[in-house]
Amino acid sequence: MGLMLAITISIIVAVGVLLLLSGELFRLVIGLAVLGTAVNLVVFMTARPGSLTPPVIEPGFTTLPAGAVNALPQALVLTAIVIGFALLCFSLVLAAWLAQRQRRADVDGLRATEPAPTDAVKPAILED
Amino acid sequence: MLPLAPMLVPLVTALLAAALPRHARLRRGASLAGAVALLVCAAALFVRVSRGGAISVAVGDWPLPYAIEFVADGLAAALVLTAALLGVCAVVHALATGPASEERAGLHPLLHALLAAVMAVFLAGDLFNLYVWFELMLIATLGLLVLGAEQRHAEAALKYFAVSMLGTLLMLAAVGLIYGATGHLNLAALGAAALAPQVAAALPAPVTLLLLALLLKAGVFPLFLWLPASYHALPVTALALIGGLLTKVALYVVLRLLGGVFVNVPGLLVEALGWLAVITMISGVLGAAYHWDMRRILAFHIVSQIGYLLLGVALASPAGTAGTAFFLIHNVLVKAQLFLVCGLMWMAAGHHDLRRIGGLYAARPLLALLFLIGAFSLVGVPPSSGFWGKLLLVREAFAQDRLAWGGAALGVGLLTLYSMSKIWLEGFWKPHPETRPQRSFAHAALSPVAYLAALALTLPILALGLYPEPAMRHLELATQALWSAGGQR
Repeated sequence: MGLMLAITISIIVAVGVLLLLSGELFRLVIGLAVLGTAVNLVVFMTARPGSLTPPVIEPGFTTLPAGAVNALPQALVLTAIVIGFALLCFSLVLAAWLAQRQRRADVDGLRATEPAPTDAVKPAILED
Repeated sequence: MLPLAPMLVPLVTALLAAALPRHARLRRGASLAGAVALLVCAAALFVRVSRGGAISVAVGDWPLPYAIEFVADGLAAALVLTAALLGVCAVVHALATGPASEERAGLHPLLHALLAAVMAVFLAGDLFNLYVWFELMLIATLGLLVLGAEQRHAEAALKYFAVSMLGTLLMLAAVGLIYGATGHLNLAALGAAALAPQVAAALPAPVTLLLLALLLKAGVFPLFLWLPASYHALPVTALALIGGLLTKVALYVVLRLLGGVFVNVPGLLVEALGWLAVITMISGVLGAAYHWDMRRILAFHIVSQIGYLLLGVALASPAGTAGTAFFLIHNVLVKAQLFLVCGLMWMAAGHHDLRRIGGLYAARPLLALLFLIGAFSLVGVPPSSGFWGKLLLVREAFAQDRLAWGGAALGVGLLTLYSMSKIWLEGFWKPHPETRPQRSFAHAALSPVAYLAALALTLPILALGLYPEPAMRHLELATQALWSAGGQR
């Protein structure tokens, strides 16, 4: 189980990094989301999955049964998923808005905040 | 309950300000009242902590290593107070100068949400909580970046988002791995668990990953290029708050983790941090020397000053940590003050680029005085707050025979003087390049209230410079407590 998860995570990370480096706005945003999934799996793995005993204290007992699943990483992952999803939505809107504005969707087009210098020794003047 | 107040007050204020979209006066009143209430809470917390020692609150009635803990010790209380002062000044500046469009778009709720996240990071006693509050900081900053709703704002926001998100993901992975290795998230419990030999053997990799994430957020070489590429799209008020606080918050966490939690990290890592600090200092100040846009010059100086702070962390001694803490507070105040002054200069002269402005010394002598105080403090001319901060760090570097590190810190101070004198000569001294400035000086509606915010930040800077003794003593005691807590375990 652990080995399988580890291989899965490394494949997802590879896909995420590939998307991140593609130089295209939407792939960048999706790449970050894919990487986020891999990271969530890493956190999930810290519970050492494999046990099938639910973390429920049976009636009449005061402690968890031996070998119960550690539920805390799942709570952490849940928090991370919620935040990550909100940020994914926001960044998708941002990327769509930008792509529509400049009619191209690659990162090299993002020059409005950093215009190429016209002078040999001085940076361009930002008009705003 | 008192340690929770600095985080709850701005959260409630943010909700209130967001709930009043149609009532400008009420919203502004709520925002100002919230900021002042935050300052009062922070001052009360500071007094309580400096008299009676650290206080901690465990949320949710669980026993301690499992509850979510918030700890206000001397260091955290001092930074909470500094940040609260910054919050009041930022809100006052926004009320006096901010365009109504930004305010309608949600400037005030976002400012307070940012303040809440910053306060919570200062007070958090729990690794996962740190991650969550860093996310809230990211969300609030993204909101502030897109307030202007033009293409450059969206671009800056996307760049900021991409890099910060990567940092956040690294941080989450590191938090997960550290939890997996130790079984704890609470910082005090983590520090105790990290001393067991087999746990300590598993920790260097995840701790380094966590440091990488934090250094990315702090803007350390070579991971700082997102900072000058995005900060100048922010509204002035937000720029003062974000430029003053955010990168330093990440560095504060590094200081805290290395000083009191993961005390036995490998020496190689600390050594690497020191050299990274030196390169960060130099590359930041060289970037500032190249640029002519005031916001960009100051943004590159943030990077350069982060180098000083990291240097103090890398000195890894109680004296180094105390020096870093003093420098941290000085730097938060001075950076925010300079950004506010730069905003006033823009209003008075009509442009951010030094090639397009001038003549401000004759037109606005008070502004010139405020700039001089901020600039001298940033450079570290005695007796300014920056002088004492640098003195503590450089003295400790030389005491540890780190001649290259201390020498670099001194040389970078000289280059800082160069780019500050560039702003002075071009912005204040030379005559305005246009014979009949259109926008400039016609912008005469600089109300006294706008000066008030910058002035309120200048006074503590002056006080830190002329009478640093109480602040130094407080921070020395606070960092000694941090170090002895780390050493006892």
